[in-house]
This record gives sequence, structure tokens and C-alpha cells, in this order.
Amino acid sequence: MNTTAPATTASHDAEAPPLVRVDALGVRFGSQEVLRDISIDLTAGETLVVLGESGCGKTVLLKSMIGLVRPTAGDVLFEGRSLSGMGDRQLAHLRTRYGFVFQGAALFDSLTIEENVAFPLREHTRLTSPEIHRIAVSLIDEVGLPRTVLLKKPVELSGGMRKRAGLARALALEPTVVLYDEPTTGLDPIMTDVINELMLRVRRPTVTSVVVTHDMNTARKVGDRVIMLYPLFRLRSGEPQIVFDGTPAELDRSPDPRVRQFVEGRAGSRLMELQEEQARLADSATDDEEEQV
Amino acid sequence: MATAPSPSVPVAGVTGWLAGLVANLGDAAIGMVAGIGDVTVFAFRTIGWIFARRQRRDVLIPSFYQIGVMSLPVVALTGLFIGMVLAVQSYGQFKALGLETRLGSVINLSLVRELGPVLAATMLAGRVGSAMAAELGTMRVTEQIDALESIGANPIYYLVVPRFLGCLILIPSLTVMADFMGVLGGYFYSHVLLGIDYHHYWNNSRQYVDVFDFLTGVFKSLFFGGAIALVSCHHGFHCDKGAEGVGRAATNAFVHSFVMILLLDLFLGIWLNNVHDFFRPEGPRRLL
Repeated sequence: MNTTAPATTASHDAEAPPLVRVDALGVRFGSQEVLRDISIDLTAGETLVVLGESGCGKTVLLKSMIGLVRPTAGDVLFEGRSLSGMGDRQLAHLRTRYGFVFQGAALFDSLTIEENVAFPLREHTRLTSPEIHRIAVSLIDEVGLPRTVLLKKPVELSGGMRKRAGLARALALEPTVVLYDEPTTGLDPIMTDVINELMLRVRRPTVTSVVVTHDMNTARKVGDRVIMLYPLFRLRSGEPQIVFDGTPAELDRSPDPRVRQFVEGRAGSRLMELQEEQARLADSATDDEEEQV
Repeated sequence: MATAPSPSVPVAGVTGWLAGLVANLGDAAIGMVAGIGDVTVFAFRTIGWIFARRQRRDVLIPSFYQIGVMSLPVVALTGLFIGMVLAVQSYGQFKALGLETRLGSVINLSLVRELGPVLAATMLAGRVGSAMAAELGTMRVTEQIDALESIGANPIYYLVVPRFLGCLILIPSLTVMADFMGVLGGYFYSHVLLGIDYHHYWNNSRQYVDVFDFLTGVFKSLFFGGAIALVSCHHGFHCDKGAEGVGRAATNAFVHSFVMILLLDLFLGIWLNNVHDFFRPEGPRRLL
């Protein structure tokens, strides 16, 4: 187990070359630095769970892996090819190897569920309409949705159904890597477990998955390996942003207080910070009133 | 321990205020140049994607329907009322000079050269431009644009090109419709309500309004259409998060489109006058 992971994290299987390599990645939006010196090797067939509190950069890391966010330092390599060196067309071609399940499903509002699921097939294959329809139906079956949803618009579906339709769309091109952005957030416990089971079901020896989540049950159930990111503004100088890298079982035994706090879901010192912030706001409001008087 | 106020404090305060002012002006100037640069790059990418790939009917037709067909009633109404209002406002002066039969020339000339294209474009910047910015902004906020990219589809090709082509082709067509309805509105008010003889009304109109005047308006509307589409889609694409961000994108899309319409109207007006003078050195015909 590695509780204070070094900047460069070795792959679990040193023999196999990494499918995806995140190499000293840094992302900054204006003056706000979100990710710093993140290095991860992802081997084929592995399911990596990325844990961390809100705002620590998990989604930015996920989007960097597919080139939706351009890094300000470092690089992401897919099968040894650098994403930052790719043009629009190469990147578009590479993205056919990925499936991305968005937090809010991100289904296209103006299209029906069938058109949504069929979209990648129409964009990247020369299949006929009946063939595309057949594949769309089989994907809808695979994620456990009734076929009656095919003609519905996304707005007519519940949150859980939309997430499953989003998963069906992500699987349409039989991707090598599936990226899940908080797939169970906002769902009831039963639907959360349904999504967890679906993630396990679509996990084939050839499919590599990265799951960004807050949910410890999801992490324990689907993860082969777990990393935990920590917000940069809470780190001391020189500390790595990846504060844990190991298996789900190792996560539960981690002695690191930052990891323990997250795993056990304790507010701890955050409550004190909240009270201090409220007191500060109250003071500044009083000062403003005095100035007006 | 309290310290006596330094005499340099007010000077430092003024200097600080001036420094702040200069810094703010500098920020605004940099922001404006960066914004113009962004829109220019966005425009070149859009034009590039028009030719890079064959356009799909199933993508173009819904946009064309929204921009063209759904805007017809509002543009027709705008044109009709501009024509009538022009008759109302001009009649008094022309009657005082005993030239009310020349009303047709001034109504139709101002309509086809200026008011038809500009007011139709303004109406469309509000109806079409804001709607495009709000729709694309919502797609940005709900990650639908990211989803398109993650599938390997280009969002400019799917979302901007159909709207740009729709505005480029249909806003001039809608301008022709506004002109037509304006001509009808002006004639209706002048002949039916003010009792001006229809023969003189049309004869004077035909004498003073020529094809060049009509084409001037349509030519300008081509640029208005392109500007509305690019400015509005750019605002939608770069929308801030949340409902507030979408609202701001829709408002800014209208305001900036309107400013672009005014700027283009001025500069194209000057240029087209030069073109007119080049082909007709005798200058414009005198109305009075």
C-alpha cells in the first residue's frame, strides 16, 4: 500500500505496457491550479477508481484523459501516442476508442433515446439503418431499459434511466476505455447498485475503466485499484496530490488521516472551517453596516 | 499605537486610484482584443467546416426551419408596421409642401435601403440569436457539447455550421419579406387611410427606388445574418455555468449582435455609397 504516493506511480503490472499513461499532468484555469504533477499508468483490463472530495479535480483528470481538457503541463499518452500532439481529426479518431459516461448523462435533448444511442454509429460507421437500429436495441437491452424508451426524449426519463441510456451510448462503438464521471451521484441506493452491477457487467478482459466517484460502495464493488486525489489548496508544499494508490481493501486499512476522514465520511476540522467562515462573513457584514451609519 | 496620518497618504490614494483605473482600462482592452480574436478564430473554424465535410440534410433542416419558417410571422409584422409608421411620420411634412404624392418614394426608399434590413435583423437577433445562445449555452452547461466531442463528432460542424448557414441564407430572405410587407403597409396606410392616389404613389416609388437600393439592403442583411449567427453561437459555446450563465449568454448575444449590426450598417453603408458613386457618377436622384 502506498499512502503517500510518489509523484510517479508505478503500474501494478510492471510487465504490461500501460494502455493510458498520465505523465506529470498539470491543469490550471487562469490563476487557479486544479491538478499538479499527476502521474498514473493504466493497464489494459484494469478498473481504476478515482476518489476525492468535490473540487479536487477528479472530473478534470477524467476529461484530460480524453483530450476534452488541454493540460497546461505534462501529457496523456494512449498506447504511447501523445494526446497533446494530436490534431482535431486524430483526436476525434482516438475518441472512438473511448466511451464517456457523463455525470448528468449529457444525452442530446433534441434527439430520441434511440437516436442518442445510435449517434456514434451513424457518425463513425457505414452500417445501414436497420443494422444500427438492431445494435441500439441490443444496447438498450444490455443496460436493462425497456424498449419503450427508444422513441422517448431524454427529458421524459428518470435520472437512473438517463444514466443507463448514457452508458448504452458510451458502449455503442465497443470502446477500449470507458470513463465514468460520478455514475451513481444523485441516484437512490437501489439504482446505485444497478449501475454498479452494470459497470461490472460491461467490464470485459479487453475493457479498461476509470470511475470517478464519491461513493465508497461503488469504489469497493467495481474497483481493482483506487487512487485518491486531494485538493491542492489543502496540501502543504511538496506533498503529492495523489494521497492514496492501492486496492480497495488497502484503502480501508489506510492509516492516513486524510484517507480515513474520507472513507469514514467525517466532517472533522471542516466544521470548524465552516464556523470560522460564517463568523468572518458576519463580521464583514457588521463592518459594512457601521460604515453606512 | 496610533500613528499620525502621513501627508503622502492622499497622494498615494489618488495615485492608487489612477493606477487602478489604468489597470482596469488595460484589462478591458486586453479582454476586448482577446474576445475579437476568439470570435475571429471561431468564424474561421466555422467557415472551414462548411467546406471540410458534406452538410447533412437531417442536421440542416431543423435549423433552417427554426430560423426561417418560425421567424416569418414576426418579421412580416415588423415590416408591415415599419411601412405604416413611415407613412404616419412623413405625411405631415409632405402635405405641408403639397408633395404627398411623393410619399411612396421616401417610404419605400428608406424601407429597402435601411429600415427593412436593420429592423428585421434586430428582430432576428432577439428571436433567433438569443435562442441560439441559450440553446448552445444549455448544451454547454449540461455537458452535451463535451459529449459530442467525446464521441469524436465536431461540435462546430454539428451545432454552429447549420445555424450559420441558416442565418446566412434565410436572414436575407426574411429581409425581402420584411421589405415586401413594409411596402404593402406603407401603401395601405397612404392610400386607404390617407387617401393618396395610388397611381402617383407607385409611379413616384418606381421613379426613385431602383434595383440597386433593394440589393443594397439585401446585401447588408447577408452580413447581418452571418454576424448574428457567429456572435450568438460564440456566446453559447463559451457560456458560464448555471442558469445565470445561460441568461447572460442570451442577453450578451443580443446586445453584441445589435452592436455588430449597427457597425456593419455604417461601414457597409459608406462602402456601398462609394460603389454607387463609382457606377453612377451623377449621384443619387433628388427626392424633392
